[in-house]
Amino acid sequence: MKYRGLLRHCTLLAALTATGLSHAAAPAPTLNELWQVIQNQQKQIEQLKKKTQQTDAKVEATGEILEQRTANNSGHGGTDKTTIGGYGELHYNNLENGDGSKDKEIDLHRFVLFFGHEFNDKIRFHSELEVEHGGVQASGSTLDGEVEVEQAYLEFDINDEVSAKGGVFLIPVGITNETHEPPTFYGVERNPVENIIIPATWWAGGAAISGNFANGISADFAVHSGLELPTSGSSAFRIRSGRQKISNAVANDLAMTGRVKYTGIPGLELSGSLHYQSDISQVSGDGVDDATLLEAHAIWSRGPFTAKALYASWDIDGDAIAAADGDKQDGYFVEGSYKLAKDFGVFARYNDVDGVRTQDEFSQIDVGFNWWPHEDVVVKVDYVDRENDTDSDRDLDGFNVGLGYQF
Amino acid sequence: MQRSLIVVMLCLVSTLVSSRGVYQQPAAFIDEVFSNNPPAASRIWLTKSIKQHASEILGHKPSSLRIRYWGENKQTAWVLEEIGKEKPITVGIVVRDNQIQRIKVLIFRESRGWEVRHDFFTNQFKGSSLTATQTLSKPIDGISGATLSVRALTKLSRLALYLHQQTPFSHDSP
Repeated sequence: MKYRGLLRHCTLLAALTATGLSHAAAPAPTLNELWQVIQNQQKQIEQLKKKTQQTDAKVEATGEILEQRTANNSGHGGTDKTTIGGYGELHYNNLENGDGSKDKEIDLHRFVLFFGHEFNDKIRFHSELEVEHGGVQASGSTLDGEVEVEQAYLEFDINDEVSAKGGVFLIPVGITNETHEPPTFYGVERNPVENIIIPATWWAGGAAISGNFANGISADFAVHSGLELPTSGSSAFRIRSGRQKISNAVANDLAMTGRVKYTGIPGLELSGSLHYQSDISQVSGDGVDDATLLEAHAIWSRGPFTAKALYASWDIDGDAIAAADGDKQDGYFVEGSYKLAKDFGVFARYNDVDGVRTQDEFSQIDVGFNWWPHEDVVVKVDYVDRENDTDSDRDLDGFNVGLGYQF
Repeated sequence: MQRSLIVVMLCLVSTLVSSRGVYQQPAAFIDEVFSNNPPAASRIWLTKSIKQHASEILGHKPSSLRIRYWGENKQTAWVLEEIGKEKPITVGIVVRDNQIQRIKVLIFRESRGWEVRHDFFTNQFKGSSLTATQTLSKPIDGISGATLSVRALTKLSRLALYLHQQTPFSHDSP
């Protein structure tokens, strides 16, 4: 057995030796042969380079096509000319009135869709369709809301600074009338001054011109449908009840609104609006005549801190409205807020309102917080304490919880 | 009086002379940045890792596969777009030494938030760099009523700083 192993090793050694001798015996390549090899390799390198370039070109072309398709599909309906957006807010109110009665309810306060279309670089369309309080009351239903077209206008560019619009648009007044998406403000309910004195959301039909200038000054001027202030009933002389919502709106007396705004320093906004209507009831000889609204506000943001203050005042001529103590209706609020973190902020607000109805004359304190789990989603909690000027039964306090979003 | 005002406004509408919002063509911006002698455009492919970081900065996936830029020495120039409320805002951004050197709104298509195009706002970004948490090193004061436009410009600034770091021009020896 041991000789068999030795024989196997000797055979293997002989075979290897023979192979080595055979190679050693092969003639060395000539220079021409080496040159040929190098040239062949060079050809292969050139071919590979060409292939790489072709592959790069194919990848680039594929990228171009994919990006083009993505761009074509980025807008709604396969075109970026039409856009869609919206916002909504759900409220839970848990309030107790001065007379001991309680108001507890959950309300889909607003569900809003924006549709826009760009006809060309100079002409575009904006719209806002809103469903309030869950839907419209119909026979046998419990729905108690409204469906409203709050914006539907065409905007025309005149030049880089100036544009004009015609249709149904928001009146350029106040802070929340034009910007009221829930993640943009503190408090579950909007401030009462911009509800009772400025009847936000306040929209009208007409035409407007706007200019935005390089030094941070902007100016707006609009001629539009006016209010139709009621002169009798439980809402007599109540500003908010004068909104016509452009539903066969009476247009005996148009109104005019102008605004000048300064935002030339980051974090600062100073704004003033003047609104005039020659007959706010649109009926001559009823003791309610011309009306002027003056509004001014300031916003100052520095880092996590923001302060807001707004004042609005109506001055309405006429014997009947003076007799009802409604010729002067005004209100103001001051608000301070502080963002403790990028997604969490606290606020406090003091409001004072002097409307025409007893329930519209009060002072109110709101404190609470906003939490933004996403920059376009907000959860709000606040405590409200209202003290009526003349009727303690109309005091209220309690808390609100809200969920809001925009897209 | 009201009738005459309406007539004046209609006359203005009929004299449309130029489109609003195109403050500078992107090509002109690049020419200006590189003194009318821009280098050839380069492209950065949004690979898995880069795309993930870009998505975190933007809050959504980028819509393109690649992003074009122009680079020279330690400077890059970018033309980027982000939607404010409804329409994309086109912004030119120059990054040098990993800091924002210049930011300019080139095309603004939104109906609100126009203030972001002015120098008094964009000057705040100068000198900003990217922190470890991918935020800007300098605070940016917003503009009331222009929250979404401010947000769009802030995101694009962060994106440009991040993308600059992915190019050979962010290093000393490109």
